[in-house]
Amino acid sequence: MHPAFSVIFLTTLIGVGQGLFLALFTGQSYSAVELVPTQDSATFYGLGGIIAFMFLVGGLIASVFHLGRPERAWRAAAMWRTSWLSREVIVLPAAIALVFVYSLMHYFGWDIVLYTSKTGITLQLSLIVGTLGAIATFSLFICTSMIYATIKFLQEWACALTVVNYLLLGTASGFTLAAAFASANAPELLGLYGNWAIIITAFAFFTRGGSLIRNSRIKAKSTLQTAIGIRHTKIQQKAMGMQGGSMNTRDFFHHKTAAFMKIIKWSFMILVFPLPIILLWAGMNAESTSVLLGAFIIQYVGLIAERWFFFAQANHPQNLYYQTT
Amino acid sequence: MTQLALVIDLNVCVGCHACVTSCKEWNTSGPAGFMTDENPYGKDPTGTFFNRVQTYEIGEFPKTETVHFPKSCLHCEDAPCVPVCPTGASYKREQDGIVLVDYDKCIGCRYCSWACPYGAREIDEEQKVMKKCTLCVDRIYDESLPESERKPACVLACPTSARLFGDVHDPESEVSVTIREEGGYQLMPEWGTNPSNHYLPRRKTHMHIHEDELQRADNPLNKEQRGPSAPVDAPTLDDSTSW
Repeated sequence: MHPAFSVIFLTTLIGVGQGLFLALFTGQSYSAVELVPTQDSATFYGLGGIIAFMFLVGGLIASVFHLGRPERAWRAAAMWRTSWLSREVIVLPAAIALVFVYSLMHYFGWDIVLYTSKTGITLQLSLIVGTLGAIATFSLFICTSMIYATIKFLQEWACALTVVNYLLLGTASGFTLAAAFASANAPELLGLYGNWAIIITAFAFFTRGGSLIRNSRIKAKSTLQTAIGIRHTKIQQKAMGMQGGSMNTRDFFHHKTAAFMKIIKWSFMILVFPLPIILLWAGMNAESTSVLLGAFIIQYVGLIAERWFFFAQANHPQNLYYQTT
Repeated sequence: MTQLALVIDLNVCVGCHACVTSCKEWNTSGPAGFMTDENPYGKDPTGTFFNRVQTYEIGEFPKTETVHFPKSCLHCEDAPCVPVCPTGASYKREQDGIVLVDYDKCIGCRYCSWACPYGAREIDEEQKVMKKCTLCVDRIYDESLPESERKPACVLACPTSARLFGDVHDPESEVSVTIREEGGYQLMPEWGTNPSNHYLPRRKTHMHIHEDELQRADNPLNKEQRGPSAPVDAPTLDDSTSW
C-alpha cells in the first residue's frame, strides 16, 4: 500500500494522546486508593489532560487531509453497524470530548466528592469522567486498529496482533511522554510512569516483532492464476490497460526499493524500542526531563517510521493485476 | 432475486478497447457528471475509467498465447466494499444486485478501494469521490431506448460479442446457460466474494484431417467407372498415321 502521511500522523498522534490520558487516569486512580501521592489537580492532571487533548485534536486534523470531501465527514457516523471506520468517527470525538471535560474539571477544580469510605478513600466525579474517558480511549484503540485488521485481503493486517500493536505502541508512547511530563511537574510519579513505559515498550517489542515474523512468512492467498483465472505457471503481463498509471498503480504501491524498506524496518525497531528504553532508564536515574523528552521524541519519530512500514508492507491482491509498475 | 452481470468471453476478446472507450464516452456524458482526465494529450495521460483491458502472455516464448482481459467491477454478491463504507455511499441494490456509489454521499476516504481485492474502484482525482462500473444503470432501464439497446455501453460496443449481459440468477437466461455450458468462472474465488461477473475460458478449436479425407470419396468420375486411360508413352493415333 502507499503510506499516506495523513493516516500516519492520525494514528500516531491519537496514540500518544490516548496513552497520555490513560497514564494520567492511572495516576489519579492509584492516588485515589493511596498507592501514590496525590498530585495537584490543575498543574498535573489539568495541564497533562490538555496536552493529551492537543495530541488527539492534532490527529483529528491530520485525518481531515485524508478525505477527498472533508465537508461531508459528518456523514461518516452513519454506518456504525457495519463499518469500523464509522465507529472510529464516532468514538474519536467522544474520547476527545471526555478528555477535554476531564482536563477542565481538574484545571478549574470543578470536582465533587461523590462518596467517602470509612478509611477516608474518596470517589471523585473526575474519576467517573476519567473512567468513561478510559473506556472511550480503549474503544478508540480497537476501532482504529480494527479498520485495518478487518480487511481480510490485506493479509499482513488481518491479524489480532494488529490490534495488540496499536494498543501497546500508542500506550507506550503516551506513558513515555507522561514520564517526561511527570519529571517536570510531579517527580514522585516518575517511577510509576517510567517503569510502566519501559514495561509496555518491552511488551510492544515482542508483539510488533511477532507481527514482523508473521508477515515475513505469509503465503499470499491469491496468485496471478486465480486473479485472471488462467491455470498456467508462466504468465506475463504485457499491458495494464493504461499508459500514465491510475489510482491502482498510485494508491497501492509504495514505489520504494527493498533496501529502503529494510532500512525503515531496522530504524523503527531501534528507534521505537531499545533507544527509548535506555533513555527512559537513564532519565529516571538522572531525573532529567530533557533526557526523558528525548526518549519520547525518538520514540515518536520511530513510530512514524513504524506506521509507514505498516502501510508499505501490506501487499494488496489487486497488485496482481498491475505487474509492471 | 435478480443479479445483473456481465459474462466476458476471453476466447473471443481481441483486445480492441472498444468497450473501454464506449464505457468512458457513455459514462462521462451521463447525469452523474464527467469522468476526470489528467494530461489527456500529455506525456502521462491518466484518468478515471470504469473498465480497462489488460493483456497477458501465457506460456514461454515462442510458444505463447495472448489473452486480452477486460476488467471492471464484478458486482460481487457478497460485496466486501459495501459494509466498510462509513457513510453508506457504497451500496448494493436489492432489485438487481448492482453495486453503486452515491457520489453525493461519498467522502473520498478510499476505504472501499482497500476492501476490494480486484482493484475495481478508482477515485476521481478532481471530484474526489470513488467511482466504479454502474453496469450503465442509467441506460439499461431507459424506456426511451429501443429494447435491443437497453444494455451496458461496453456490451453494445464489442465487435466480437465477447460480452454478454443478463441475470445470472435466472437459470434459463443466456448468461446462465453460457456460464453453465462454456465453463464460466469467477475471479479470485478464494476470498468468498462471489463475483457476479463471470469469465469464459480460452477454448481450443482443433480440426483433424485424415489422409483418406484428402481424396474425394464420392467423386462422380469414380462412380461412372470410367476405364483407365492409356499409358502416356503409348503410341498415339498421330504416331501410327504419320508415315
